[in-house]
Amino acid sequence: MKSFTQVTGIAAPMDRANVDTDMIIPKNFLKSIKRTGFGKNLFDELRYLDEGLPDQDCTGRPLNKDFPLNFPRYEGAKVLLARENFGCGSSREHAPWALDDYGFRAIIAPSFADIFFNNSFKNGLLPIILSAEIVDQLFQEMYANEGYELSIDLAEQVVTTPSGETFSFEIDEFRKHCLLNGLDDIGLTLREADAIRAYEEKRQQQAPWLFGAIQPGA
Amino acid sequence: MAGKTLYDKLWDAHLVKERDDGSALIYIDRHIIHEVTTPQAFEGLRLAGRKPWRVDSILATPDHNVPTTAVERASGVQGIEDPVSRIQVQTLDDNCDEFGIVEFKINDNRQGIVHVIGPESGACLPGMTIVCGDSHTATNGALGALAHGIGTSEVEHVMATQCLVAKKMKNLLIKVDGELAPGVTPKDVVLAIIANIGTAGGTGYAMEFGGQVFRDMSMEGRMTVCNMAIEAGARAGMVAVDDTTIDYVKGRTYAPNEEQWDAAVANWKELVSDVDAEFDKVVEIDGASIKPQVSWGTSPEMVLPVDARVPDPAQEADPVKKTGIERALQYMGLTAGQNITDIAVDRVFIGSCTNSRIEDIRAAAAVAKGRQVASSVIQAMVVPGSGQVKAQAEAEGLDKILVAAGFEWREPGCSMCLAMNADKLGNGEHCASTSNRNFEGRQGYGGRTHLVSPAMAAAAAVAGHFIDVRDLTSQA
Ligand code: SF4
Repeated sequence: MKSFTQVTGIAAPMDRANVDTDMIIPKNFLKSIKRTGFGKNLFDELRYLDEGLPDQDCTGRPLNKDFPLNFPRYEGAKVLLARENFGCGSSREHAPWALDDYGFRAIIAPSFADIFFNNSFKNGLLPIILSAEIVDQLFQEMYANEGYELSIDLAEQVVTTPSGETFSFEIDEFRKHCLLNGLDDIGLTLREADAIRAYEEKRQQQAPWLFGAIQPGA
Repeated sequence: MAGKTLYDKLWDAHLVKERDDGSALIYIDRHIIHEVTTPQAFEGLRLAGRKPWRVDSILATPDHNVPTTAVERASGVQGIEDPVSRIQVQTLDDNCDEFGIVEFKINDNRQGIVHVIGPESGACLPGMTIVCGDSHTATNGALGALAHGIGTSEVEHVMATQCLVAKKMKNLLIKVDGELAPGVTPKDVVLAIIANIGTAGGTGYAMEFGGQVFRDMSMEGRMTVCNMAIEAGARAGMVAVDDTTIDYVKGRTYAPNEEQWDAAVANWKELVSDVDAEFDKVVEIDGASIKPQVSWGTSPEMVLPVDARVPDPAQEADPVKKTGIERALQYMGLTAGQNITDIAVDRVFIGSCTNSRIEDIRAAAAVAKGRQVASSVIQAMVVPGSGQVKAQAEAEGLDKILVAAGFEWREPGCSMCLAMNADKLGNGEHCASTSNRNFEGRQGYGGRTHLVSPAMAAAAAVAGHFIDVRDLTSQA
């Protein structure tokens, strides 16, 4: 897994509540069997004026000039500022893949939908929860200052603004540890293989019907 | 010490290990997979040289991309016209063959939407932990199981380890007591719940549906309700086990055999929240007050009773909500204060993992019988949730009633719920849909979705606009 330690970069806005995963990456693009290449279709229906097709070259498509990610000032943004309940809707991991592929490394919002929140960590994308007031302050500062950059330090759990103001955030220990070290979840769990087998053995005696095999042609 | 909730019991029974940091390893009994969220997981396994831990815990079927016309289905995978969809379905077949996973393939009569075939085949049972790379996995919670959607990395993780790294959620009880008015369905109940608590109301919680309304509800109705727990923000929704649950499971293909049956039933009867269990949050709703619901906006919480008017943003004080309403009205092409019953529908979709089971098809057919789809409606389609549902409906003659009324009768799949196949809305078209999400563009670029029950969708098809299905019945 990709690690995350420190990131400093331009902040860009996604200034609405309840941004759903269909908005982040519309279903037309879920047909890929790969993990990469989704960045050009991030927020497709908002970013472009025409309907996007899978596997299409997006360079000649008409851009929606009113959509902030198309503003030159947000080019190369690494931090996305968002509102309540970001990432609601489907479980598609294509949403964090698309954000990551576009170049975002962190998202700051007052709240996230559970599955999206969880999926982000698996891809080295850091979702940061700050209070609605602080997020609002960051939005205002960003709008007022072109080239507004935020710095994020995961080890210290702080977000620093250009004026040097700092905001600390919470993160659970296990996720922090995995993210800092880029650890592979599966490898870590397989270290517990004995515990898993012991559980299975005990459980199979108590509730054998839970171990009913799915058989072909049954 | 306080008693345990149903969720507490399911969690405790599946806890393999608690870690010092508060995360835990949870054992997964059943894993259902489909073509969209698995290719990258199989690729990951191959790259790391890993194999599934318990291959016979997995059941696969293609559903999201499969075409639903008989013509396109006739020649199986090779007949899928869209090449990108074909590759995805073919990739699932290849992966299942390579790893030895049982798959109900495209033209197997057991194929269907993942969340329909799980309970239907008995692969999903009370007391299980069930996951699938799909957020509507919560549907299975109707069985008294802990079921939730996971991402693709977790699909790979569960395949490789039979476990999920999880954190215990909080307990939320949604209690709906009283008796539903005639003509009010489980879909109306769950839409009313979402309108009440909002799309983030259940975030961080496991949601149990309790009270008289759910005790009286059929299993299929409970599935409709649990299905939409995620639309209220909760990863898992569930209903306690009772005789309705046990009767439903009995005799299904993968249900426990005779030797194990009695022990299983005794165990399942424990799967209820203790009377002295403590919930972190309780929401009470009066069942008798719920009316047929119609969503008017672009989020499942933007829903109102059919006799209401579309909201006016001028009356909303909260600025974020206010712009939300304005934006939704604009996208949906509606005017503030307009009657919901004055919204004309262009297409009607009856299907999806929310409402594509036999009771849903029966409800639609009951309304369609002896009536005609309005001439202003471009298309009204009924897409059964599985091959088994389709066969049952045909045995009851429901397909004939629907076709005679002007509906199209399709092959099973997700279809226009998310429009990954050819079934989709045109730009600006309004759709009465029995699915679960009314997000912008969900059913087709520029499409406008209104979420309703199967009876309300059929009524809209006949009237050409939204109408209280009960008015239609009294007119007949
Ligand atoms: S029917 Fe719709 S919501 Fe259900 S699994 Fe298919 S696409 Fe997802």
